[in-house]
Amino acid sequence: MSEPTSAPNARPDAGDAGDVEDGEAGGIAAGDATTRERSVAGVRRKPEQDPLFEYLLRLGDDRLVLGHRLSEWCGHGPILEEDIATANVALDLVGQAAQLLKLAGVVEGKDRDEDALAYFREGVEYRNCLMVEQPNGDFGYTMLRQFLFDAHSLLLWEVLATGQHPALAAIAAKAIKETRYHVRHSSEWVIRLGDGTGESHARVARSLLELWRFTDELFERDAVDDAVAKLGVVVDTAGLRSRWDTMVEDVLTRATLAVPTGIAMQSGGRRGRHTEHLGHLLATMQIVARSHPGARW
Amino acid sequence: MAPDNKPKPAAGEEPWPLWEVFTQGDQGKPFEHAGSLHATDAEHALQNARDVYARRGEAVNLWVVPSAAITASAPGDAGPFFDPGNEKAYRHPQFYKVPRGVRVF
Amino acid sequence: MATPAKTPPPAPPADDPALVAAFEARIAAGESIEPKDWMPARYRKQLTRMMAQHAHSEIVGMLPEGNWITRAPTLRRKMSLIAKVQDEAGHGLYIYCGTETLGVERDELVEQLHDGRAKYSSIFNYPTLSWADMGVIGWFVDGAAIVNQTVLAKASYGPYARAMVRICKEENFHKRQGYEICATLAKGTPAQRAMLQDAIDRFWWPSLMMFGPSDKDSPNSAELLRWRVKRKTNDELRQRFVNLTVPQAQAIGVTLPDPDLRFNEETKNWEFGEIDWAEFREVISGNGPCNRERLAARNAAHAEGAWVREAALAHAAKRHRTTEAA
Repeated sequence: MSEPTSAPNARPDAGDAGDVEDGEAGGIAAGDATTRERSVAGVRRKPEQDPLFEYLLRLGDDRLVLGHRLSEWCGHGPILEEDIATANVALDLVGQAAQLLKLAGVVEGKDRDEDALAYFREGVEYRNCLMVEQPNGDFGYTMLRQFLFDAHSLLLWEVLATGQHPALAAIAAKAIKETRYHVRHSSEWVIRLGDGTGESHARVARSLLELWRFTDELFERDAVDDAVAKLGVVVDTAGLRSRWDTMVEDVLTRATLAVPTGIAMQSGGRRGRHTEHLGHLLATMQIVARSHPGARW
Repeated sequence: MAPDNKPKPAAGEEPWPLWEVFTQGDQGKPFEHAGSLHATDAEHALQNARDVYARRGEAVNLWVVPSAAITASAPGDAGPFFDPGNEKAYRHPQFYKVPRGVRVF
Repeated sequence: MATPAKTPPPAPPADDPALVAAFEARIAAGESIEPKDWMPARYRKQLTRMMAQHAHSEIVGMLPEGNWITRAPTLRRKMSLIAKVQDEAGHGLYIYCGTETLGVERDELVEQLHDGRAKYSSIFNYPTLSWADMGVIGWFVDGAAIVNQTVLAKASYGPYARAMVRICKEENFHKRQGYEICATLAKGTPAQRAMLQDAIDRFWWPSLMMFGPSDKDSPNSAELLRWRVKRKTNDELRQRFVNLTVPQAQAIGVTLPDPDLRFNEETKNWEFGEIDWAEFREVISGNGPCNRERLAARNAAHAEGAWVREAALAHAAKRHRTTEAA
């Protein structure tokens, strides 16, 4: 990861030893004005050095974190059949994440494999969207989030499969098949619960209002997206949002749910600005690996 | 369907219907009974069957049938149903002689 | 729960001795019994009890391992563990379906599990305290299950035997992944080796208890054997497990917590020390370290899933009406 880890060293005067530490009492009235200004003025975050690496982390982290969340259901689902189905989706997502992070490691070229990237990055270095890190809530919340994510994921994989990065296009081609099934599974549940009983409808309707604030982030574009588009890795994302809107509206309508309006959006995950939930998720996920540095498992 | 006189679960919850699952192991192969599962409707049963009985690539096609829709022969029928079939040797090719000299028939 | 409110099943009519004789002749001839075949009421009852216990064990067995899915130390291990716990759900499901062929609904059995009437394997009432437990459970517990189930795949009741064939295939993956974890830890850092040895020390004796009481104290054994619901005695299976496991322990350089363990040249058996049956009885009667937690987790999942199951049924009914009307 070049961005956050390299930021502290990126001070133009990093080699100019002593000017910060010399300000003995926390810098109050220490040194002349120029030194004070120089010591406090950091650098603005620069656009990512390697956009492809960054982009692969985004894809991989989304799936790792969501797969992790889904796997928390294992053994606690509403019925045995669903324990098995949910585990299947979790397995696909973690599998996709492993491939994407492995590829990210290769692109980065610093000898980090998928496990190094999964287990030895801090929360602020994670690049997943906020939606996937939210706690599971009830089964309806989990399925609704899954559907919102799956729908986007399927459309994105279809685009990535036509991209000019062969390794990523190959991952995408395989993932399309898996994700088609995920959409089928999660959309059916949204419809069942939305158009089920009064209680189930009320619960999913509440979850929809809760989750909607994280949906715009799925479509956010920044310099990284522009750069990978220029590389030909991702082509033609233009219609993604409208295709997603159509898909989601169709399912929500069948679920007798209305597309929420006027909800203030939240984002930041792509830059490492997460909700507080991610830290706890990672603390659990990384505890064994980090307690035994250098160990093999 | 047989009259439903089974005791209901105490919570008063109605269980999901039972379905029988048949898997086709490979293109062109017959469908075989794999087991059963619970689901609320046919599409749901198909999805569950895929996860429960085909997660190791055991099937290229699936059938799901409501268990209640299956009519089975009774064990008491075994004699009258199947024994007569055993005696009709003329249904099998070995019953017929092919003249000498015909090598490939 | 509402146990007293349930009408007790009517006492089974005494079985016709001629039918019983014919049934036992079929069993002796190695025939397989199918759901609609005539069977003695006791056979049906014993079979249901045994299958239900087995299914419950698979379902409760998801919990101690599910406990470590979120902490698996590599992505590969995480996937293996999810797949394994998922298989356990599958195994429970296959066997519950087997009981349904005997006319006992899954919900009824699940209810018996949830209110504490039904039994399940004692081993799952022990806590999983370190990552090494995932290795040791796969190696010992699934190893023991394979020893048991390979024999059950030849059981006289067709649906049970067929479920067991499917399950045995899948259990082999479980045991291997467990043993691989152990072998890796055994070659690892001192902390990893200590973690492994500790897990072995905690799980060895409970694993031996999994085979159930000694046959002289096992009330159901004789009948189950005669009807080929079981094919080998508890003690025979336990000995087979020990004989298989000791060399595997030697191969990875760990010890088993039994000073009496020694090889008998004559019988070619690894003899082992006395099992603490008092502990076993405590655990199966509900006083093991995790009995309450396990049942609480199952009950919570079931209760929290009620609205989901109900909604799915309601939706299917609506959809059905729409298609009818169309």
